[in-house]
Amino acid sequence: MALRPDLAIIADAVPSSARVLDVGCGDGELMVALRDKGVDARGLEIDPANVTAAIARGQSVVQGDANRDLADYPDNAFDYAILSQTLQTTERPDLVVGELLRIAPRAFVSFPNFAHWRVRLALLWGGRMPVTRLLPVAWYETPNIHHVTVSDFRDLIGAKGIGIEAAWYLSGDQPTSDAAASWRAEHAIFLIKRA
Amino acid sequence: MASALHHISHQSVTIPTPLPLDSGQSLPSVTIAWQSYGALNADKSNAILLCHALTGDQYVASDHPATGKPGWWARMVGPGKPIDTDRFHVICANVLGSCMGSSGPATPDPVTGAPLGMAFPVITIGDMVRAQAMLLGHLGIERLHAVVGGSMGGMQTLAWAANYPERLERALVIASAARHSAQNIAFHEVGRQAIMADPDWQDGQYYGSARAPTKGLAVARMAAHITYLSEEGLTEKFGRRLQARDIKSFGFDADFQIESYLRHQGLAFTDRFDANAYLYITRAMDYFDLADPHDGRLAGAFARAKDVRFTLVSFDTDWLYPTAESRRIVQALQSVGAAASFVELSAPYGHDSFLLDVPALDRLVAGALGSGF
Repeated sequence: MALRPDLAIIADAVPSSARVLDVGCGDGELMVALRDKGVDARGLEIDPANVTAAIARGQSVVQGDANRDLADYPDNAFDYAILSQTLQTTERPDLVVGELLRIAPRAFVSFPNFAHWRVRLALLWGGRMPVTRLLPVAWYETPNIHHVTVSDFRDLIGAKGIGIEAAWYLSGDQPTSDAAASWRAEHAIFLIKRA
Repeated sequence: MASALHHISHQSVTIPTPLPLDSGQSLPSVTIAWQSYGALNADKSNAILLCHALTGDQYVASDHPATGKPGWWARMVGPGKPIDTDRFHVICANVLGSCMGSSGPATPDPVTGAPLGMAFPVITIGDMVRAQAMLLGHLGIERLHAVVGGSMGGMQTLAWAANYPERLERALVIASAARHSAQNIAFHEVGRQAIMADPDWQDGQYYGSARAPTKGLAVARMAAHITYLSEEGLTEKFGRRLQARDIKSFGFDADFQIESYLRHQGLAFTDRFDANAYLYITRAMDYFDLADPHDGRLAGAFARAKDVRFTLVSFDTDWLYPTAESRRIVQALQSVGAAASFVELSAPYGHDSFLLDVPALDRLVAGALGSGF
């Protein structure tokens, strides 16, 4: 089964034999891919059905909430933390990013870019909160409580003095350039590094 | 009758070396009764030790010799089942202090030949595990694929991971806790007092007499049984329905179905369990606090266990060993860097959920044992 493109990028970028915490690991799809390349991956996931599915696949996953339960992990417990498509659902994304870089010196953070041109157009012409491929749920029931753009994230990282080691931008599952990412990227993946 | 219970023969071994106990006393030798299911492979690497709960026994997946009923986890253990005996050699030993063939209060005094009764030393969960380790030594099994247990079996599993981390690869702990809470101790004390207040208890020396404290033991079981169920489950199963009658009797018969059910559960229990064993095992559970030797820091107990893969499961309706207790264990494991899985499953049956039909648990167990992919 092919991995979601953003997960494939992360799976590719994590060195084998690394120790990884996948925060919001879902049913363990990325963890299985990481295990297959020799990565020691652990997961945190809020939905018990997903946790059950991941454990049934032989993965080590703890049911928990990224807003609260990251505090249980010791400093530097991992080489990498991964937060994929989850940042925009957290109560305080800034604090969560801080926790990720406490637990691990490096973290992958991926999120849908709210400044993608389709979103901009929908808002500009429709005057309504956009519903797109990566943001498929209406405003009143979306789990995305902190919509974020590529520029917003870069600003947050800059303000916190965090380094960006690499970034990938996807438009329709195809890579897009750094320069045009703000409006062309549907989806951004950052590899950030503790200051 | 308890006396009939002690005439059943069990597969057992008597190990002639002394068993040191946490109390500072020791047993000069120890008898351990056990059952096994599935074949042990040539390199002895496929053994799973299954630890039973307070009133459980080694008859996990075979008919109970006293009641004739199917084993207590026959739905989980067997060929093609989540604990697959086509792949694994599953061992379950009757715990130390119990009444199905292992050393306990009914064991004869080596000098007088009379049952020890209350002269049997108070034992702990750690002692039970030490006795199991002796059995595995006798069987020549150095390392276990997994230790698995629910409720008190989960406590033994945790003690295995804490005390013998090099001897197990996986620990699967279901509906359990790393310590007994004040509420847990309180319920056990009610049960013990019911037994000891029964005149037929006779200070524990009832084995040779025609009387046994079956009334006290039945009441103990009734009180405990309530703690194994959820309010929701009781309401659904019994509500306020009357038992075999249309109107209230205005007396003290079992008017309500729940009363009749509990009385039946209490009485049936006395056919398969010994009152003194109930005293000793509940005491062992009450003394259980894995953090105790580590200044109250649970993580200290797991300092050597970071290479064990842990899976913990709780149930949302279990108020006896609630989810918070499992979370506490998970936090301690995470702080030492052990690979830990944890999930709270939704099931209506309270603490007893681990014994009942919860399909998600089956998938979890298979996955945690490395056979779910």
